[in-house]
Amino acid sequence: MKCDSKDVIYMDNNATTRVAPEVVDSMMPFLTECYGNPSSMHNFGGQVGGAVEKARAQVAELIGADPKEITFTSCGTESDSTAIISALQVFPEKRHIVTTRVEHPAIKHLCENLDRLTGHKHRVTRLQVDSDGTLDLAKYEEALAEDTAIVSVMWANNETGVIFPVEKMAAMAKERGILFHTDAVQAVGKIPINLKELDIDFLSLSGHKLHAPKGVGVLYVKRGTPFVPFLAGGHQEGGRRGGTENVASIVGLGRACELAAETMEEENTRVRALRDRLEEGLLAAVPKSMLNGHKTDRLPNTTNISFEFVEGEAILLHMNLYNICASSGSACTSGSLEPSHVLRAMGVPFTAAHGSVRYSLSVYNTDAEVDYVLEKMPPIIAGLRELSPFWKAE
Amino acid sequence: MWEYTDKVQEHFLRPHNVGEIENPSGLGDVGSLACGDALKLTLKIEDDVIVDAKFKTFGCASAIASSSALTIMVTGMTVDEAEKLTNDDIADYLGGLPKEKMHCSVMGREALEAAIADYRGVILPMAEGEVVCECFGVTDLDVIRAIKESDLRSVEEITNFTKAGGGCGKCEDKLRDLLQATISETPVVPVTADGPKRLTTLQKIKKIEEVLEREIKPALKKDGGDIELVDVDGDFVMVSLRGACTSCAKSQTTLKEYVEKKLRELVLDTLIVEEVK
Repeated sequence: MKCDSKDVIYMDNNATTRVAPEVVDSMMPFLTECYGNPSSMHNFGGQVGGAVEKARAQVAELIGADPKEITFTSCGTESDSTAIISALQVFPEKRHIVTTRVEHPAIKHLCENLDRLTGHKHRVTRLQVDSDGTLDLAKYEEALAEDTAIVSVMWANNETGVIFPVEKMAAMAKERGILFHTDAVQAVGKIPINLKELDIDFLSLSGHKLHAPKGVGVLYVKRGTPFVPFLAGGHQEGGRRGGTENVASIVGLGRACELAAETMEEENTRVRALRDRLEEGLLAAVPKSMLNGHKTDRLPNTTNISFEFVEGEAILLHMNLYNICASSGSACTSGSLEPSHVLRAMGVPFTAAHGSVRYSLSVYNTDAEVDYVLEKMPPIIAGLRELSPFWKAE
Repeated sequence: MWEYTDKVQEHFLRPHNVGEIENPSGLGDVGSLACGDALKLTLKIEDDVIVDAKFKTFGCASAIASSSALTIMVTGMTVDEAEKLTNDDIADYLGGLPKEKMHCSVMGREALEAAIADYRGVILPMAEGEVVCECFGVTDLDVIRAIKESDLRSVEEITNFTKAGGGCGKCEDKLRDLLQATISETPVVPVTADGPKRLTTLQKIKKIEEVLEREIKPALKKDGGDIELVDVDGDFVMVSLRGACTSCAKSQTTLKEYVEKKLRELVLDTLIVEEVK
């Protein structure tokens, strides 16, 4: 199969990212000559084990952790499930979980299915968010109970980019002897993280959100945190996760973390400026458009804009004609019949939730691309509004 | 990504007959913003022949394409011919629709039916049915008809064609019963509600929106304020205050004493109005 990415304007980096060329280079030896098993006794395999350990150190460096605290998994979802199920096994008498209404499906659907998965009844408190997508810490404090086993709150929201105060929330959980997990797949690589100084017990990250390949993730487990493996099996990953290592992808993830540290500054200056210009330009050029999510407590690369009275899938398909890639929170694009649970939790009106578009940028985006999108979007929206029975030109 | 036929893409990207006929012979207005799709169909009918059809649609590619196809298909038909048009005819005309999108063609047929009923000055029988799916306002008659017409065999298929069961999912058992009863051709016992007929969430939203537009917004706007309907959950009506209302110290009084009172009087006397900030 051949894909031509040359003319694609890719602004869907919260969905997945381009694998950095440097990452591909680092992986190639492990897809060709260096095919040994890291667990083998011979040198041929052992050297591959060395590469996995190097990657572990590279990941640890990016998030301010110790390499021993890094466990490689297959994806963010596996990391999330591992953390939550582990906590519930460690504290079988505690049957309460605190999370939010805007979590990724990896946490949301896990929490909805806990009773079936564990065979026990659980209570789940899902914290409400304000209209700008932020949390109320007083409500959070109220929710923490005697029998709370674990808190799971995402570091940054995938749809709006809104950042939650997980540092503070983790400290509040620790005071009460409650474990704290954060799904940080959208935050890692985009904002500085230093876990050494924080009370976070578990953190999930995913390779393909930071220019490494799909199919590799990490679960950070703070030293001293009680832990029960999710995948039983061999002694890989220090007994924390059975299964032969996905060596090439792990090596790629290590390299990607190294690159992320190098581009962090650019992400928060140049990419942020691109995002801001795109956002301000669209809001100014398109009447009845609005920003979803807090303006400043937000990832530098994400903007979620609602264009009222038009439907998201229709917008995306028109953008597709111009090779512009983005996402929508509309019902039709999600395959369900209701719009995004995140926007609904924020109280975004129906009229706006169906017409939401998320643009998520990366260091590969350019000024020229932003110009192009700013040129193409207003006529797309105007054209669809012509068709809409709800649109009354003012 | 959905797999759309060339014909769907063509009708989506370059839709035919967009607009509204002034003083139409028949008007069909179905769906709503809350549902995620809506279609306003206007027909011009002379000597029982549809001589012109126009549409306005809010919705995804298949909703727009279905509407465009519908207007082409019915133009030139007699009203009696048009009446026999099914949603499958619309889907077939487009070379097929993804199964999850069949409800878009159903919306087309519903708008056509509504427009014909409007032309004839009769009330649609579908409105008489008992609501099964409260999220999308689908009646048992709608469901039974879809099962028979499109030979549906599972609850999932019912959802794809009618949207019923696609929201909270509480009506799944009822849908299964309806399916069982319809397939086995045993006489169907329509679902009967206890006591007075309840409003569906959609009907509520529609009525609340009407009252907001007609009565409440103009009154608030006099003082530089405004109000927006955010969500309706059971009897809870969530609204957001705009303009001068946001900084007005009396806004809570306005909300309870005026907005809630008005909505209780004109829509449903159990409604509770809440502000979402």
